[in-house]
Amino acid sequence: MPVDIDIAKVAKLARLALTEDELQQYGGQLADILEHAERVQALPTDGVAPTSHPVPMVNGFRPDETGDCLDPSSFLSEAPDAQDGQFRVPRILGE
Amino acid sequence: MTDLADLTIAEAGRGLRSGTFTAADLLDAVSRRAAITETHLHAYLTLDREGAGAAAASADEAFAAGEDVGPLQGIPIALKDNMCTKGLDTTASSQILAGWKPPYDATAVQRLRQAGAVITGKTNLDEFAMGSSTENSAFGTTRNPWDTDRVPGGSSGGSAATVAAGSAFGAFGSDTGGSIRQPASLTGTVGMKPTYGLVSRYGLIAFASSLDQIGPLARTVEDAVILLEAIAGWDSFDSTSINAPVPSFARSLGVGVEGLRVGLVRELAGDGIDPEVMAATTAMAEKLAGAGAFVSDASLPSSEYALSAYYLIAPAECSSNLARFDGVRYGHRAEVEGTTEDMMSHSRAEGFGPEVIRRILLGTYALSAGYYDAFYGQAQKVRTLVRNDFAQAYSEFDVLISPTSPTTAFKVGERAQDPIAMYYSDICTIPSNLAGDPSISVPIGVDGDGLPIGFQIMAPSLGEERLFQVASEVERLAGFDMRASFATSEVTSP
Repeated sequence: MPVDIDIAKVAKLARLALTEDELQQYGGQLADILEHAERVQALPTDGVAPTSHPVPMVNGFRPDETGDCLDPSSFLSEAPDAQDGQFRVPRILGE
Repeated sequence: MTDLADLTIAEAGRGLRSGTFTAADLLDAVSRRAAITETHLHAYLTLDREGAGAAAASADEAFAAGEDVGPLQGIPIALKDNMCTKGLDTTASSQILAGWKPPYDATAVQRLRQAGAVITGKTNLDEFAMGSSTENSAFGTTRNPWDTDRVPGGSSGGSAATVAAGSAFGAFGSDTGGSIRQPASLTGTVGMKPTYGLVSRYGLIAFASSLDQIGPLARTVEDAVILLEAIAGWDSFDSTSINAPVPSFARSLGVGVEGLRVGLVRELAGDGIDPEVMAATTAMAEKLAGAGAFVSDASLPSSEYALSAYYLIAPAECSSNLARFDGVRYGHRAEVEGTTEDMMSHSRAEGFGPEVIRRILLGTYALSAGYYDAFYGQAQKVRTLVRNDFAQAYSEFDVLISPTSPTTAFKVGERAQDPIAMYYSDICTIPSNLAGDPSISVPIGVDGDGLPIGFQIMAPSLGEERLFQVASEVERLAGFDMRASFATSEVTSP
């Protein structure tokens, strides 16, 4: 069954600024892959619980003790733009 | 005389301790080898000559002072370039991280340094570990040391190639759907994916967090054990790491397989498997029976759906994990007018390669409102069925066996334009990732083109001792000498 994809919407959700050509190309490939992926729907799974994680475990806790932390300068120096000890970005709101 | 670069880790360790050679000699041997092989293979993205030289010198000082922190002291080891190394470029083979220097070491890297290992450099991979050929790297394709027209597999293809070529004594990769075992199979090396949670993922650049595991690539099963023992164990920085003592795996080596119940997985041993690969697999199963194991057919009925489930689950997790690459805190930032959102969208479109974009889109779609239940939700239920299949099989068998890869190494470019054909490379390896179980690939021979064939052994969660026990016997029965490969090939000739 062909899969219906609004590829422009998916690209927007994924924060990917793709060109029209790219959207068309990826849209076609996604449809092909999803046709294969649809096979999972062929298996009867009534009453089957989903597995999100391979090892059953509850939250992993460690002792609540202070330890060494990264010096902010060690990662701010790797940022595309930083100012006054903070990451700097363009304006948040549009016109 | 044997070139030092062709020794195993165990052999090199004995030579270091008897004073036959030094850690500086070992580093010199792999550096000289790399100088020859790298022009053909491109296995390394970064060679850390300075750091490696200092680590070798301090290992030699330690030996001179009578200090010995274990079998990796002074041994040159390569790391996949998705493992964070403090101050040393870590790119995940992506333009979006080009030039990034992590402010910290991954836990596995920190433990290797404490074990005295000499880190030679960072190896090539498919971008963000997404691929099965190392062709998806933003920084060039790695070639297979056995035939440089062919791929080394992937995504840990660079690590596998260094071990096969002798430009490192051992290496680490990461395995999400087969990314250690499949390249090991294609390069005639031993590659092992540990139980999920046995090795900390802290500092491993995340692809699919419920599937990713760091593991070793080596020339022998014994070396794989040495490498794994150095990094295994609980880490307070990874909440999914297993808080339990790690047993000694070395005790499992060389004890044989008498009385063990071995199941050849029917669904991974039929359609789509190359006849020569299948014949070698069956022959090894017969040898195991000859060595005293009870070998019969096993069944994982849901495994034909495992690949489809994987290609929903892994992209879904990837689309979430890779949201962090937005041009704000690290990596590439696009120069565009507009808002922060515009900057992010352009940074990501410019920085990610096609396969990564494809998987982010796929995962975003599978998780989006209206499609979640049909795709992601259903895939998670199939994952439960796969786990149930394994549980059933392990009630009858101690280990399961299959080919590692349906084919031997394929030609560069052969599957590059066909994502689905590439995805089928991982058909035998994916089930163990979905289940979180340990699995290993051991080379057992070559096909008619002289290309290595890998044999996969799977064991239940935390069944590493059994896994290595069988792997060690398979290695002995195969009598495969990987050193015959690269050293004699024309590439090493001056």
